[in-house]
Amino acid sequence: MIIVGELINASRKAVSQAIEKGDAEYIKTVAIDEEKAGAHYIDVNAGIFVGKEADYLKWLTQTVQSVSEKPCALDSPDPLAIEAALSVHKGTPMINSISMEKARWEKLLPLVAGTDFKVVALCMSDAGMPTTCADRLSIADKLVEGLTAKNVPITNIYIDPLVQPLGTNHSFGAEFINTVSEIKNRYPGIHFMCGLSNISYGLPERKFLNRIFMAQAIYAGLDGAIMNPLDKPMMGTIAAAEALAGRDKNSFRYLKAYRAGLVVS
Amino acid sequence: MSIKQVYQAVIDFDEDGMPDLIQKELDAGTDLDQLLKEGLISAMDYVGKQFSEGELFVPEMLMAAQTMKKGLEILKPKLGAAGGSSAGKIVIGTVKGDLHDIGKNLVGMMLEGGGFEIVDLGVDVEPKTFVEEAKKHQAQIVGLSALLTTTMPAMEETVNALKEAGLTVKTMVGGAPVTKAFADKIGATGYSEDAPGAVELARKLAS
Repeated sequence: MIIVGELINASRKAVSQAIEKGDAEYIKTVAIDEEKAGAHYIDVNAGIFVGKEADYLKWLTQTVQSVSEKPCALDSPDPLAIEAALSVHKGTPMINSISMEKARWEKLLPLVAGTDFKVVALCMSDAGMPTTCADRLSIADKLVEGLTAKNVPITNIYIDPLVQPLGTNHSFGAEFINTVSEIKNRYPGIHFMCGLSNISYGLPERKFLNRIFMAQAIYAGLDGAIMNPLDKPMMGTIAAAEALAGRDKNSFRYLKAYRAGLVVS
Repeated sequence: MSIKQVYQAVIDFDEDGMPDLIQKELDAGTDLDQLLKEGLISAMDYVGKQFSEGELFVPEMLMAAQTMKKGLEILKPKLGAAGGSSAGKIVIGTVKGDLHDIGKNLVGMMLEGGGFEIVDLGVDVEPKTFVEEAKKHQAQIVGLSALLTTTMPAMEETVNALKEAGLTVKTMVGGAPVTKAFADKIGATGYSEDAPGAVELARKLAS
């Protein structure tokens, strides 16, 4: 499972305050915590700062990588912000994210064309939010076709099929899961990257639902999540779900998670 | 006594039973305004309150709204003939560049449940479309939704466009990244954190 740590996001109050005050120590602490907890990428987002996003995203990237060896997931729809962050980034970044919304597609495609960047591709177009598996697949087809045509290898594409709240439509969980398994079959070697917590919006005991949804999605082929890696019950659930899905030889990682205290009954 | 049954049907999400209950009241000559306000609207107020308190959840709020709608469909034509008693007209939509509709739809449904007439412009709505539609429908309020930090500036643009057009219409804003402080900063008339709160706010703004 490829985990992107989501905590350094300016829509979280503690982070936006740290950015405004230039409090590098706080950002460093969060980055170290995320890496220690198992994140493979550290997401950086300064989206709330209109006009200053590029400078702040650059600063976040530098600050994070001054204490962490991990690459960043550069989280912005603005090519200028991503370019600013790229100018200081070490290693191979993840670009979060491109979509089939015309303006976003046209602005970000030149930036990822022919690179070895990991590219998160969101199943969204100007036609609105996809609701069914078929909606998502038709957007995913265009994303894959368009990106591979610009020499982004399929193994660097991370599809986000887009999770919508179960509370507003009883089929939203199943449509997502079916999309994951269909895309995996259609494009061998492709990856996924998405936040799952939206599934439980408007329902009680959200973390409980989120964990079960994660396990189901992993069985369908989900291999990446943007999440809080400090969420121990979720990290334990992921280890268990991967082992049960036959992706953990000798239950090695499950046992490792158990010894790290992540597996609780 | 039987208005009570209409009220109860909303709370029990009895979508199938609602049309008959309303028809019975119409046949019995019950005061239409009273039927609307004490039967349907006050039931939705109760549902909204339960939601805000964490006792009811989104799917239940949706079921209640659908149940009310079943009743309203029958009642509405008669109300119109009797001079109508809408709480006011509200134009709603998600701002330019933003395709999220779930929050906006929830708010629209609850406002309808609160007795307002709703003109829903959908998603990715240009500021000038808000202006034109608000004018055309002589709306008292325009409700703006944004679910992305990157589309919040379009919210400000829309509020400004409405002011520049010289409309006296009030504006209310909401959506996950939107805060009271942001609403104040861009000069919106009001902000609400959730759908039932939007109904309360709209009543204040429309009065």
